[in-house]
Amino acid sequence: MSTYLIRRFLLMILTLVGMSIVIFVLLRLVPGNIADIMFDSAGFVDPAEKAIIEAELGLDQPIPVQYYDWIAGLLVGDLGFSYVSEMPAIDEIGPRIPITAKLAALSLFFSVLFGLPLGVISAVRQNTALDYVLRVVSLSGLSLPSFWLALLILMACVAWFGAIPIYTDTPESLWDELALYLLPSAAVGFRASALIMRLTRSSMLEVLRQDYIRTAKAKGAPDNSVNYVHALKNAVLPVTTIIGIEAAFLIGGLIITETVFNIPGVAHFLVEAILMRDYPIVQNLVMFIAIIVVVINFITDLAYAALDPRIKYAD
Amino acid sequence: MKPTFSTLVAGATLVLLGTGLAAGVAEAQKQGGVLKFYHRGTPPSGSIHEEATNSTVSPYMGVFNNLVMYDQSVATNSADTIVPDLATEWSWNDAGTELTFKLREGVTFHDGKPFTAKDVVCTWNLVLGTAKARLRKNPRKSWYKNLESVSANGDHEVTFTLKRRQPAFLSLLAGGYSPVYPCHVPPKKMRTHPIGTGPFKFVELKQNEHVKFTRNENYWKEGRPYLDGHEWTIIKSRSTRVLAFVAGKFDMTFNSDVTVPLLKDVKEQAPHVVCHKGPTNVSTNLIVNQDSPPFDNADIRKAMVLTIDRDAFIQILGHGETIKSGSLLPPPSGVWGMPPDVLNKVAGYNPDVAANREEARKIMEGLGYGPDNRLQVKVATRNIAIYRDPAVILIDHLKEIYVDGELETVETSNWHAKVARKDYQVGLNLTGIGVDDPDAMFYENYACGSQRNYTGYCKQEMMDLFEKQSMMDNGPERLELVWEIDKRLQEDAARPIIFNNVAATCWQPDVKGFTMMTNSVYNGWRLEDVWLDR
Repeated sequence: MSTYLIRRFLLMILTLVGMSIVIFVLLRLVPGNIADIMFDSAGFVDPAEKAIIEAELGLDQPIPVQYYDWIAGLLVGDLGFSYVSEMPAIDEIGPRIPITAKLAALSLFFSVLFGLPLGVISAVRQNTALDYVLRVVSLSGLSLPSFWLALLILMACVAWFGAIPIYTDTPESLWDELALYLLPSAAVGFRASALIMRLTRSSMLEVLRQDYIRTAKAKGAPDNSVNYVHALKNAVLPVTTIIGIEAAFLIGGLIITETVFNIPGVAHFLVEAILMRDYPIVQNLVMFIAIIVVVINFITDLAYAALDPRIKYAD
Repeated sequence: MKPTFSTLVAGATLVLLGTGLAAGVAEAQKQGGVLKFYHRGTPPSGSIHEEATNSTVSPYMGVFNNLVMYDQSVATNSADTIVPDLATEWSWNDAGTELTFKLREGVTFHDGKPFTAKDVVCTWNLVLGTAKARLRKNPRKSWYKNLESVSANGDHEVTFTLKRRQPAFLSLLAGGYSPVYPCHVPPKKMRTHPIGTGPFKFVELKQNEHVKFTRNENYWKEGRPYLDGHEWTIIKSRSTRVLAFVAGKFDMTFNSDVTVPLLKDVKEQAPHVVCHKGPTNVSTNLIVNQDSPPFDNADIRKAMVLTIDRDAFIQILGHGETIKSGSLLPPPSGVWGMPPDVLNKVAGYNPDVAANREEARKIMEGLGYGPDNRLQVKVATRNIAIYRDPAVILIDHLKEIYVDGELETVETSNWHAKVARKDYQVGLNLTGIGVDDPDAMFYENYACGSQRNYTGYCKQEMMDLFEKQSMMDNGPERLELVWEIDKRLQEDAARPIIFNNVAATCWQPDVKGFTMMTNSVYNGWRLEDVWLDR
């Protein structure tokens, strides 16, 4: 096990190094840079001034030198300065991470909370009216774009309650925070819960046809015990994989939701930074997301072993 | 004429009435409250001199004072509505080449440092590029081509010396784009934490979140501002921000953010709100790269001008509300634009579009183009709806004269770089003007060497005409010459104007004392007279 962990850890580092190179190079291959964008708000481009700005920001250096400077800074905790706000990148990124983390966690919580039990119910009540309703709901979840759903939620709130649940001020209490994140996380979580529900349903249907389930039922075990203890435990393994992947992909769904609900998280900020070619922000944020994804994958792998004793990681 | 008794009585009555009215108004105004706006995106910086966007000037104008400014309670800016600001009075020398301002005493910047003539000198040295400190961007340098120098005569008097007479120079100083900066604050700090003498102090800008301003307790104008501050919440999604305004989350929309179609929704959903719909003095125009063959041929450019059906643009995109104009906005909203009877005589503006196009086709046929030999072009524009939509209609109009256009959408970040490189054939652009005066318009957009003259249009005879009108006093003679220049610019396809945009700004009924200006979206945001009736 320890050898496996060390190997996985080294692989993680290698993946992150590769990612850093890809991010860095791709960002510089996209046409236009911050100097062009700065001039956009002035309505013209002055080539001489543009060159001065590029030199000030170190953009006139060869790409390997720029990459070295970034990594060297990263290793000592210096993320550089945002080109746009001229503030330390850490001060721009830092406060936004908890916002997105809370939103992501709540979305994931919603998706699991609804997706798993409804998937089990749908499988257990296969081909009943309830099953059909839940299948329609899950299909809607998969087919409705989250930005559309988010806008619909906002419109409904304005039309019915004359209020709009968007972020305009920092929430002062836990209750405020919950109230603020509830609808956006539901909008994002709906899709993930639909996916989890459908996967749980099909996985459960497969398990429910297994001999050991029939044996348990024949021995007179209660339905709930058969469904939720014997069957679900075995059906949940592929679902765990999906939850891990969804957690990593959540950042994509959050971009739109953060924009529509005006939540100042990292997802929306990242898109803005890309549009502004704010390299220090983009590089560091994408690296941060890459680390999260790699770690989640690692944890998911470890979770397999915990959930299924048959899976062992050989030393 | 000697005053008679009756005129004296009438005068006294008027004065009393005026005083009474003023007192009545003053009594009604309430102190306090924070005015909440939404903003369409993070302002690029807080340094007004370095930007050419109302994303900066609208929120930040209240941080500063000008030497003179347009009366904030008069909707249409003109030379007659210029009032004192940091300058208490001004005078020209006999030759009209020296403009001397007497400056207000006892004014301090937000950091407590005193305002003096040195600050005025520093500000315009920055703009002229003669200061030691440097502006990163200097979009209005072309406005001050005629400015020789600025000199302080003691602490409270300053003289602007011009190379030649330019009566409209004062108008350039009166707009929101001409604030006075402090000498002791470097440009970098002005971008991130601007300091001025204005009614509101900058508090903080958080990217994608908000920009906040608080009342300047030491403001030199007694009793102002009425507000405790103003805050701008940044909301990128237009649907979200307009819904939030409708739901009452904000007191005011962003400057001219409500489009004509959207205004109908807003009025339906929130009939109680106050909306001012009017021209923005931002034109949608055609840019043709005159260095790129075959567009170096003036005849092709003329044919392109002739095929434009402006009424179609106005009906489709502006629901009939946008304005047909030359480069300058016509009355009643503007001051200098050609009225309809003059405009209709300009090539391409004749309402008989079929006849215009017939003439255009003849020109094209004369150049060898026809149904079997069509000209293929790329029509470049920004990938934003307000650019893209008219570009699509333009392509349709070009088809009428054997020109097949292909839409080339360009990411916003690359647009000006592409235009500056002249890496386009035909493009569609939007142009806003800070001050409704021919000097600002011609020197910024059509003069040889100006950085914002995107097409590179440069004709000495036109430069001579620009200078001639610039040296004239305001009056019918200057107006006629300005119309003649505008006519020639349109017919030369220097940057043919397709239409002048109209948009709305809305506010809740308890927002008082705000006047939306009709001929510039950049000049009415001092906010010192605005108050909340709560």
